[in-house]
Amino acid sequence: MKLPCPLCGSRALEEFTYLGDASVTRPDPETETLDDWYAFVYLRDNPCGRMHELWQHSGGCRAWIVVERDTLTHEVFGSELARDRNTRERAA
Amino acid sequence: MRYSIFSLARQALSGHRNWQPAWRDPEPKPGYDAIIVGGGGHGLATAYYLAKEHGITNVAVLEKGYLGGGNVGRNTTIVRSNYMLPGNVRFYEKSLQLWENLSQDLNFNVMFSQRGVLNLAHSDAQVDAFARRGNSMRLHGVDAELLTPEQIAREVPALDLANARFPVYGGLMQRRGGTARHDAVAWGFARAADGLGVDIIQNCEVTGFRREGGRITGVETTRGTINAPKIGLAVAGHTSRLAEMAGLRLPIESHLLQAFVSEGVKPMLDHVVTFAAGHFYISQSDKGGLVFGSSLDGYNSYSARGNLPAVEHCVEALMSLMPSAGRLRLLRHWGGVMDMTMDGSPIIDKTPIEGLYLNGGWCYGGFKATPGSGWCFAHTIAQDRPHYLNSALSLDRFRHGEVLDEERSGPVPNLH
Ligand SMILES: Cc1cc2nc3c(=O)[nH]c(=O)nc-3n(C[C@H](O)[C@H](O)[C@H](O)COP(=O)(O)OP(=O)(O)OC[C@H]3O[C@@H](n4cnc5c(N)ncnc54)[C@H](O)[C@@H]3O)c2cc1C
Ligand SMILES: [Zn+2]
Repeated sequence: MKLPCPLCGSRALEEFTYLGDASVTRPDPETETLDDWYAFVYLRDNPCGRMHELWQHSGGCRAWIVVERDTLTHEVFGSELARDRNTRERAA
Repeated sequence: MRYSIFSLARQALSGHRNWQPAWRDPEPKPGYDAIIVGGGGHGLATAYYLAKEHGITNVAVLEKGYLGGGNVGRNTTIVRSNYMLPGNVRFYEKSLQLWENLSQDLNFNVMFSQRGVLNLAHSDAQVDAFARRGNSMRLHGVDAELLTPEQIAREVPALDLANARFPVYGGLMQRRGGTARHDAVAWGFARAADGLGVDIIQNCEVTGFRREGGRITGVETTRGTINAPKIGLAVAGHTSRLAEMAGLRLPIESHLLQAFVSEGVKPMLDHVVTFAAGHFYISQSDKGGLVFGSSLDGYNSYSARGNLPAVEHCVEALMSLMPSAGRLRLLRHWGGVMDMTMDGSPIIDKTPIEGLYLNGGWCYGGFKATPGSGWCFAHTIAQDRPHYLNSALSLDRFRHGEVLDEERSGPVPNLH
């Protein structure tokens, strides 16, 4: 499997480190409850199919990126810098 | 038909033409007292112990594919109970004790071989950690022995103990651990459960749940609706998918693990050996092939097809530990979908939904748990409460901070 880094282009899997599901969000400190933390730390959708996930190009430019990938076929659809995705989602 | 030397002799006299199928192939009935989803080792063992220990024989096991096509037929067959945390040790030790008499109990040879499981240590700190684990095991009545490099060299001559990067400082041996024939475990439980009246229904995929006022009343399947007041899930890598159908989110991710077998050679490795430096484990099958595996591929996956970096890592570990294996050719390699939990320990419990029970989160280690898991899950379903032996393997332990993290690697499934 190869992953597309927005800065370095298509690179081999070994250059990347996996963090996991990019859709989980850290609880808002203004309104947080223990249940929010439980869900953030432990619960996952674990989808079979398309998934957004956080990877770090640790053996390359060290950027954190969000990759969209199919967990059943291993097909990769694209990626963007995690920072860009975050800014976009905050704005929305 | 009971299998014995006499039945074998009788069948031999008639040219082996009169053997009966080992289990029936029944049509699903409209309803059962209990349904187990998943015809892997755990589902079949659960049905067997429901019938044998609790007298609940009106049971169906629903399997979407063929019996034994899941992880029960894909694993590296290591059986052991060398855990440290009390909540785990007592459960795995019960399972090991059931293994010790399983062939007699099932009247089916599962080829359980107590050849010993040896974990190698590569630093003083690791030797200390193993001594601590061994002491914890012995306090729980489990056998454990700390070996010196000299003892290891005598017992397992095929290993390179003086590897420049990862020299061996010692090892923890559990002599009662070993291997079993994985397919025979599925077949043996299936045949014994069938013999007690359990319907084993293959090619029957569960696609949804029927509920009434919050309570589970049955399942939708590709072969129609089947009703039951109690439904147990034992679907390993697909646990999150079934939970989602019931509206539950779980502390589980599905990951991919690969395994390998070499061509057959004469006996060169008498034990199961694990190489802690590379998270690598190896044994030699009764047919002579070296059976080995290593870590997960490392990212979420529902595919049983792995990637090459994990293959390379595994073969490197093999070459560091047993350089002589470099002359062998690989015969096959394959993958399976693992239900990895957030703390690396499994779940056998009730769920918040009345009538729905959960068995899952087996990570890499569910084969050894097969009899114990079935035994505890059957108790949980029949009595509607966990047994003491699986009381720590609860679903809400994550919410209450009572996680069972043997490796102390935190809520990161791909590190367990
Ligand atoms: C490569 C590899 C090596 C391993 N090595 C070891 C080892 O050395 N020691 C050890 O202890 N463990 C090991 N394991 C782990 C062990 O194999 C598993 O934890 C264990 O087999 C899981 O339980 P099971 O047998 O019930 O699972 P499975 O055999 O996977 O059974 C689950 C069944 O559920 C069925 N199913 C799924 N969805 C549905 C549905 N919707 N409807 C109906 N049926 C459904 C599946 O088809 C499957 O047959 C290994 C696993 C792998 C993949
Ligand atoms: Zn990069």
